Amino acid sequence: MSFEKRFKNQVEILYRKIIVGFCVIFICIFSLLYVITNPTLLKKQPEEIALVEIPEEPEDLIENGIHVATGFVDADGLTEVIQNCTNCHSAKLVTQNRMTKEGWVATIRWMQETQNLWDLGNNEEIIVNYLAANYAPDKKGRRDILTDIEWYALEEN
Amino acid sequence: MDRRRFISKTSLSAMATVLGTDIVFAHKMPSGYTPLALQDPDPFERFKKDSDMSILNTKPWNIESKAHLLDDKVTPNKYMFIRNNGLIPENIDIKNWKLTIDGESVQNQKTYSLAELKTRFKTYTYQLTLECGGNGRSEFNPPAKGNQWTVGAVSCANWTGVRLRDVLQDVGYRSNAVYIGYHAADIHLSRNPEKEPISRGVPLAKAIQDETLLAFQMNGKDIPLVHGYPLRLIAGGWPASASGKWIDRISVRNKVHDGAKMKGTSYRVPCEPVAPGEKVADDDMCIIESMPVKSLITYPKTGALIKEGQALKIRGHAWAGELEVSRLEYSIDFGSTWYPCSLQKPVNRLAWQHFTAAIDHFPRKGYYEVWAKATDANGVSQPMLLPGWNPKGYLNNACHRIAIKVA
Repeated sequence: MSFEKRFKNQVEILYRKIIVGFCVIFICIFSLLYVITNPTLLKKQPEEIALVEIPEEPEDLIENGIHVATGFVDADGLTEVIQNCTNCHSAKLVTQNRMTKEGWVATIRWMQETQNLWDLGNNEEIIVNYLAANYAPDKKGRRDILTDIEWYALEEN
Repeated sequence: MDRRRFISKTSLSAMATVLGTDIVFAHKMPSGYTPLALQDPDPFERFKKDSDMSILNTKPWNIESKAHLLDDKVTPNKYMFIRNNGLIPENIDIKNWKLTIDGESVQNQKTYSLAELKTRFKTYTYQLTLECGGNGRSEFNPPAKGNQWTVGAVSCANWTGVRLRDVLQDVGYRSNAVYIGYHAADIHLSRNPEKEPISRGVPLAKAIQDETLLAFQMNGKDIPLVHGYPLRLIAGGWPASASGKWIDRISVRNKVHDGAKMKGTSYRVPCEPVAPGEKVADDDMCIIESMPVKSLITYPKTGALIKEGQALKIRGHAWAGELEVSRLEYSIDFGSTWYPCSLQKPVNRLAWQHFTAAIDHFPRKGYYEVWAKATDANGVSQPMLLPGWNPKGYLNNACHRIAIKVA
């Protein structure tokens, strides 16, 4: 092997060693920087066992005689009404309506015949009495007066 | 909203308690973030509605507009009422959405993809009035069962789609066809897949009108999901329930369509007038077709205080189902005297018409009501009192009024 060829080989080996060396140095520097900027990395994550704060059960909250979660009037039969009348539709469909006892019974029959409502059993009387007492028709005549008007100044237009 | 704040104040463990399960990767959850499952569905954000709209029902969703919100000539989505009978369809796959035309009176059942509908048939755009049959129900006495709509269950948007007539002709139907009925992808409240929340329709004569569309756009964009994306039948001037949403099948029937909410008291009124509160047998009920003449004062908002001598400009819209509105009048003395408004022609058949007036004759300071009264092409006017009572409280077209004080 000529001197020239041997020299060329040695230069090539040295070249590879320098590249590998630089790579190792770079990896070390980056690892160090990463750990410095994320100090929690090497610490063990604590288990999530914070004290359980029991939230006040909003489901039962009654304010001014109204069951807050549904808007129903708080009266005898409230539980039965919530359990049987808010599975398929919202409570608003009940509370915006006004019917006589006969009307509420007819509505229950319609739901049973066409909307898959189940047999209410002994609860039916409790539910109907609750609805007829708390959501009875108001007498509003053939045309009511305008109510809830929010007055505001209208500028010349 | 309160619930969101409530949750942000409680610990992760409390969230886990509410969810009934541990939150995996809880320590990676950004602080202040509320898990999706605990977020309150904010309907205004979800449906892109103005926060002044009134929510009548959350399951199913029913939301109404207000007179002053309906001032635009073309109703934008944010002020358009929502009326649902069932639950909004989940996971709509438009690539595989199919419209099937079947029924006793088609030669051969045929199915189209959305792309086929859009490319095979000419598209048309019309501005069309859609009013819920029960708009105004809240005023009936004795009260009528259902969502208690006041005045805001009406809209007039631009709808773009293909004519139902063109599609029906492409399928081919027999001479015994009398009615079409739609079927849709919405879900019954009981979640029973056997039951349809609503499946109504219109007589063939209405189905083949120029303006009866299978629409895929509303106001130039894809129809919002809650209004029927990706395909909605539009039958303007009829109870909006005839304009079925999320349509995937139309049946050409050889008899009056008998789908859900075509029978009993649904969208039907006594064939002969009855006394308020009277019981009506099913056989004596008739299906509502064209909606009656009606108008709405959309400016100013009720409750305006004006100065003595100040002229009051009013404006609004009027519509009359299949007919045109020929006259619009206002009164400031509870109907003792009536004055004309200027009234525009509709941009197309079945679109609402706009009216304006300037009132400069309030005789003295005090409380007034401005009443508006429309008259249709047949000379039929809006009543000042509630029209004939019916079991479900449909078709209340009594005059709209706003309160004004001259100070």
